[in-house]
Amino acid sequence: MQNNEIVVKTMLNDTVCRMDIYAPHIAAKALPGQFIILRTDAEGERIPLTIADYDREKGLIAIIFQIVGATTMKLAHMSQGECLADFVGPLGKPTHTSGFKKVAVVGGGVGCAIAFPVAKAMHEAGAEVHSIVGFRTKDLVILEDEFRAVSDKYVLMSDDGTVGEKGLVTDALKKLIESGEKYDEVIAIGPLIMMKFVCKTTKEFGVKTVVSMNPIMIDGTGMCGCCRLSVGGKMKFACVDGPEFDGHEVDFDEAMARSGMYKEFEGHAREATCNLFKQAEGGK
Amino acid sequence: MPNMSPTKNPMPTQAPDVRNKNFDEVATGYTEAIALDEAARCLNCKNKPCVQGCPVQIDIPAFIHKITEKDYEGAYVVISQSSSLPAVCGRVCPQENQCEKYCVRGIKGEGVGIGRLERFVADLHAADPDAKVEKPASNGHKAAVVGSGPAGLACAGELARRGYQVSIFEALHTAGGVLVYGIPEFRLPKRIVRNEIETLKKLGVDVETNTVIGRTFTVDELFEQGYESVFIGSGAGLPKFMGIPGENLNGVYSANEFLTRTNLMKAYTGKSDTPIMQAKRVAVVGGGNVAMDAARCALRLGADVVYIIYRRSMDELPARREEVEHAEEEGIVFKLLNNPTEILGNDKGAVCGIRCIQMELGEPDASGRRRPVEVAGSEFDLDVDCVIMSLGTSPNPLIKQTTEGIETEKHGCIIADETGATTREGVFAGGDAVTGAATVILAMGAGKGAADAMDKYMQSKK
Repeated sequence: MQNNEIVVKTMLNDTVCRMDIYAPHIAAKALPGQFIILRTDAEGERIPLTIADYDREKGLIAIIFQIVGATTMKLAHMSQGECLADFVGPLGKPTHTSGFKKVAVVGGGVGCAIAFPVAKAMHEAGAEVHSIVGFRTKDLVILEDEFRAVSDKYVLMSDDGTVGEKGLVTDALKKLIESGEKYDEVIAIGPLIMMKFVCKTTKEFGVKTVVSMNPIMIDGTGMCGCCRLSVGGKMKFACVDGPEFDGHEVDFDEAMARSGMYKEFEGHAREATCNLFKQAEGGK
Repeated sequence: MPNMSPTKNPMPTQAPDVRNKNFDEVATGYTEAIALDEAARCLNCKNKPCVQGCPVQIDIPAFIHKITEKDYEGAYVVISQSSSLPAVCGRVCPQENQCEKYCVRGIKGEGVGIGRLERFVADLHAADPDAKVEKPASNGHKAAVVGSGPAGLACAGELARRGYQVSIFEALHTAGGVLVYGIPEFRLPKRIVRNEIETLKKLGVDVETNTVIGRTFTVDELFEQGYESVFIGSGAGLPKFMGIPGENLNGVYSANEFLTRTNLMKAYTGKSDTPIMQAKRVAVVGGGNVAMDAARCALRLGADVVYIIYRRSMDELPARREEVEHAEEEGIVFKLLNNPTEILGNDKGAVCGIRCIQMELGEPDASGRRRPVEVAGSEFDLDVDCVIMSLGTSPNPLIKQTTEGIETEKHGCIIADETGATTREGVFAGGDAVTGAATVILAMGAGKGAADAMDKYMQSKK
């Protein structure tokens, strides 16, 4: 096997893909909550992806990503046996997973891919784990068996009610807290808007909440400052100070505005890449 | 008979209104005829005052003498005995404050154009397909170099020449450090950096990109892997901001980010997947070489107006005179004695202006420069859609955080003695990681000096 080789590629649903990448040096060190940065090819952009799983013995790092833009589309078009141009890590600080009695892990959409290793590590460290996961609809559900295996309680929510309970993860979390569940910590990983409202909910009850931020990044080592965000009124760099922060201190509105910085460019890039693949496939 | 012209031969350049729209190199280099004419200005002084001004002590009169004999490869050999990166230094060294400052010809007129001659020689060598690099015999010892910027490259080159098996570890996907992510193509073409790194590889240096020391491996693990000594040249990576309102608006960049997107990620080619804002009115805050680079990149990326906002006057501007002149010729607008107080945003969270206050110079401060003081009530707004903060950088804390026994001072700079030795045995450091943001040649000097100390250290352990 070569470094950066895609050893296993699995589509978890129509738009979410899992890849197990051969990267023994990274696999030897990786911990839940850390991330890697990759480039598909020499003209590619650098994108950060949180590590979804790792296998130290086989030297594998798993990434799970949703096809949302040009780069993830290019990535999803790569096949087993191909190698990524660049794959570097593990970056960022790992999650604190020990010393908790009871925690709630809240995952939204593809964010569940990152929430899962955290839930697993908390479970292995002896905590009672309540996993609350939400998806738009039934077809998008991922990692259900994996979550169930490490959770003392598993609550599945969907926006349209096609699976689990109809409603938002915040509804389920609120219900659990109101029913008397005492969490040492809530870990929320998902879209910014979800994390914002999870934090709003837990703040009312005074429950400590950690969120995993995934802003636009370039180098991932603190050099460019592109991933900066306001935490407790102070400027922090997600790549070296995070990616996890105290959710009650994060300025989510600012983070949401910053995540849309290149929306127009990304839209064009996605369309251009999409057309390119259509042409290539039509020409076969 | 020496050429007694009091002025040095000007550097041929692209015309300002042409070059401010392209990323090709601004200075096109001396021709052979100009180089011979300039070399003839050197008096070949016996006491060689120029050499004391060179951080790596190149035997300057000797290489210039070789040029007058048209032995250009011989001139290259003289330079390469002292410098690992002649084509780079010939372009980016502040020669006016170093070798050329001490040139005897400078007493009545201008010093010899040493940097321009160095570049001439290095470029001729690089263009020669038959140019050979002799790989020295191995001495069987291994050394590791962290970071592939000027300090790391100089250190690796020097150790490799002495027979060490050297591995360079670089966090990014391309080697070169600030030479590839920071300094733009039009000032230092990337093929030159690639060439210099290829030369090191021919010397036997191994370059491992995508390896973050402190994360992928720690310094301790490098020792476990059999490296007998480690050099840290991880640079001063973390960008500073001012702490004024509006710095997290869309359209505010650190100079590092703006230059990295442009240079390393090649956003300027239009073929790269990495986006960069198509800004029309840009304010660059700061007055160093990096600020000049960012401003001139912004212009080339299509901005209509680019301001440099600097809180002191032209006399205190830290950038090289040549870079300031080039920037002015290209149409950069200098807003001197002004300081930003706030970046203004619109309802979409994007930059729509910058508020500044006028400054005047008061009493000299600790740095000896006159301290800028705000002029009360003099605030004004500039209409801009992009702000680039170029206020300097501080050292990356990753290695300090993950390595026992390496001490840093209060700004986070690694403490090293004059030989480069840190507070931990076998670990040496140099360049911006030790000094804070400085110049390419000072970093190279430190890398080279540390290589000497590492050589002595490893030999003493035999």
